[in-house]
Amino acid sequence: MSKTVKQQILISGVGGQGVLFVTGLLAEAAIGKGLAVFTSETHGMAQRGGTVVSHFKVGDFSSPLIRPFKADGLLVLKDENIAQHGSFLRKGGWAVVNSGNDLKIEKTLTASGIDADKLAQEISNPKSVNLIVLGFALARAGQKAGDGINLFCSLADIKKVLRKRFGSRKKLLDASVRALEAGYKEYKK
Amino acid sequence: MSNRRLLLGNEAIARGLIESGCAIATSYPGTPASEILAAVAYFQKEESLSMHTQWAVNEKVAFEIAYAGCQTGLRAAVSMKQVGLNVASDPLMSAAYMGINGGFVLISADDPGPHSSQTEQDSRLMAMFAKIPVLDPDSPRQAKELMGVAYEISESFKTPVMVRPTTRVCHSRQDIALGAIPKNKRQAKFEKNPARWAATPKFRLQLHRELEEKLAAVAKYRPTAPQKLNRKAKSGKAIIASGVAAAHSKDILRELKIWSKIPFYQVIQPFPLHRKFIEHIIDNYEDVLVIEETMGVIELQLADRYRVKGKLSNTVPRVGELSPEKIQEIISKFVGLKSEAFTIKSAPGRRPTLCPGCPHRASFFAIKKAAPRGIYTSDIGCYTLGLNLGAVDTVLCMGAAISQAAGFYQAYKNEKKRPDIVATIGDSTFFHAGVPALIDAVVQKVGFVLVILDNRTTAMTGNQPTPATGHGACGESTETVDIESLVRGCGVKFIQESNPYELQEFTALLKQAVKYSRKNGPAVVISRYPCVLHRARQGETGELIPVEVSEKCDGCGYCIKHFECPALVYHDNKEEKHVSIDPILCTSCGVCLNVCPKGAFVEKQ
Repeated sequence: MSKTVKQQILISGVGGQGVLFVTGLLAEAAIGKGLAVFTSETHGMAQRGGTVVSHFKVGDFSSPLIRPFKADGLLVLKDENIAQHGSFLRKGGWAVVNSGNDLKIEKTLTASGIDADKLAQEISNPKSVNLIVLGFALARAGQKAGDGINLFCSLADIKKVLRKRFGSRKKLLDASVRALEAGYKEYKK
Repeated sequence: MSNRRLLLGNEAIARGLIESGCAIATSYPGTPASEILAAVAYFQKEESLSMHTQWAVNEKVAFEIAYAGCQTGLRAAVSMKQVGLNVASDPLMSAAYMGINGGFVLISADDPGPHSSQTEQDSRLMAMFAKIPVLDPDSPRQAKELMGVAYEISESFKTPVMVRPTTRVCHSRQDIALGAIPKNKRQAKFEKNPARWAATPKFRLQLHRELEEKLAAVAKYRPTAPQKLNRKAKSGKAIIASGVAAAHSKDILRELKIWSKIPFYQVIQPFPLHRKFIEHIIDNYEDVLVIEETMGVIELQLADRYRVKGKLSNTVPRVGELSPEKIQEIISKFVGLKSEAFTIKSAPGRRPTLCPGCPHRASFFAIKKAAPRGIYTSDIGCYTLGLNLGAVDTVLCMGAAISQAAGFYQAYKNEKKRPDIVATIGDSTFFHAGVPALIDAVVQKVGFVLVILDNRTTAMTGNQPTPATGHGACGESTETVDIESLVRGCGVKFIQESNPYELQEFTALLKQAVKYSRKNGPAVVISRYPCVLHRARQGETGELIPVEVSEKCDGCGYCIKHFECPALVYHDNKEEKHVSIDPILCTSCGVCLNVCPKGAFVEKQ
């Protein structure tokens, strides 16, 4: 991938879902590829179960924040957040939404839903919704046609970051990789 | 492996301090500044440095410890959030007059928005008030660089220097190259000079005169002079910005394709604003737009009211964070471009709540039972969220729960019907500013109940230790101060400790305390149970009591309204209304067993 890559992704969820964790994985993946990264996150009061959003930018940017209608992609860990953050997406941008329901989102967006809450229960890792949604997005990134998306990193890149992070903690690493793959495979189904 | 690392703005600040040879770093936690000291401690360990890093009991104490360090010739730094600076403003004002020996950097993090603060105050105006230079970084990367610059200014001009990051600097992450750490260590050497370090008013006048001279010299300091970033741009209009507003503006000007047209100046040092820069702007431009957060500090120093537009002229909003979309609108209007419509559907989002299993929830539920029509004063911390349960009526500032309780008591003293008053304060906040207020309440025999919510940590800001914890910023073991002895030492006669998870006993104790307070003055109940988040992070749990909802649930909604646990889900179907328990969120604390008036919560067999 060329060094002129410029992508802006908004990651939205509620406190405790691991929005910041996913943002961190994407950022580490970008650094691993020699790309410039800029992210912005929510801390403090807002983190106690409230809405949490992080802005992720890879490439040459001065500002840490994404303006409305400028995001290339949206990862939504709680579908109710679409009302609040849906309008960050640019025309033709992509979205992956954790949702057990039919997505109430404009048809112009290449949005896809995944019931990550259910999948997380199935793999007995209820706190892994974030990784499942990311895995699903990574699967879409591997697609050339149809609902394929342009993402600067791949499943292998994120696995590498996880290995680096959890190196010696085998159980945690295995559980994380399993969640990531559960999301990935769900798309491939 | 390159030495580029993904650093949070606050980590970048910490790294900048370490690379500048900072030998004493102190702080009191507060969003968005909390991670600075923790990161100093991290780098200290990683690089095996011998320095002093500590959480102090409050910002004033933190400031004074670090300041004395600089008086011995060492480089020192103190970090805090903007409202923390209010607490530390007393030593700040005086230290500005006395000056420094070793470099002294004060980091005061502002929170435009506000995202997690009581006010949107601008620390740069505090710097102006105290008459010290202030630097305004636009990104984590620049924040790191400016630490070294701040020390250079501090030592060149013998003045404390403030660095003022905002939330978007503190809580952004960037890939940043790590630099070397100085090898040469300075030795502490305090040279007595009472005319400076213990100056009487007569000498203070002289110090004030010196301070003005220092500021005039700093206003000529080349390395921090404002830069025109687009050298070739020429126009009768100019834009001046600082901090994150400058970062947003750079991207926006490029995107609007006016980067090469409208001169753009970035101010690194908003106060004192460089004299030559002021003259240059007034001499060369007809129309000047100033974009800065959160008050018009640069604008104030540009003395032409007709040509300068900003907060004072209401061109830039005075309230709220300057989001990039707001800045785009302001710039578009200023240069005569049609601005894109940025009307986003506004949706409320989720309000923050106490975590499932939080011991504060149990305490608040019991308080409402024990003093149903009481006045509930509260304080700064997670427990501010007792608001959601209707168990918090006032939140003013650190420690005010106790003094306000006293104020309410005195106000109602001569009324026939006097309300019960219950104050809640966290353990860390009690140490920070609650103790003097409690002494006062004892002296005045204020009839109120103080519930100290002792979860053994400073939870809201990320679980920093308190004086009762027994370990310091680097994990080293420390002496502990026992809350009960402290309360007793303040002169309180009624003092009991209890576990709020034992809801019935805890409520009974509170009732006893309320009754006592009506006749005898202050009663203190220490509600002791560890923060569940903190515990979970350490891989611990308490006794697990799984709960299920029995058929007795008639969907009255009492638990939702009065207990407000996120793990309780209300179902409002046509056929029936009922409550269920979300298995992902529930921590099996078992407290809700005593909450339902119909006894619908039962232990799972």
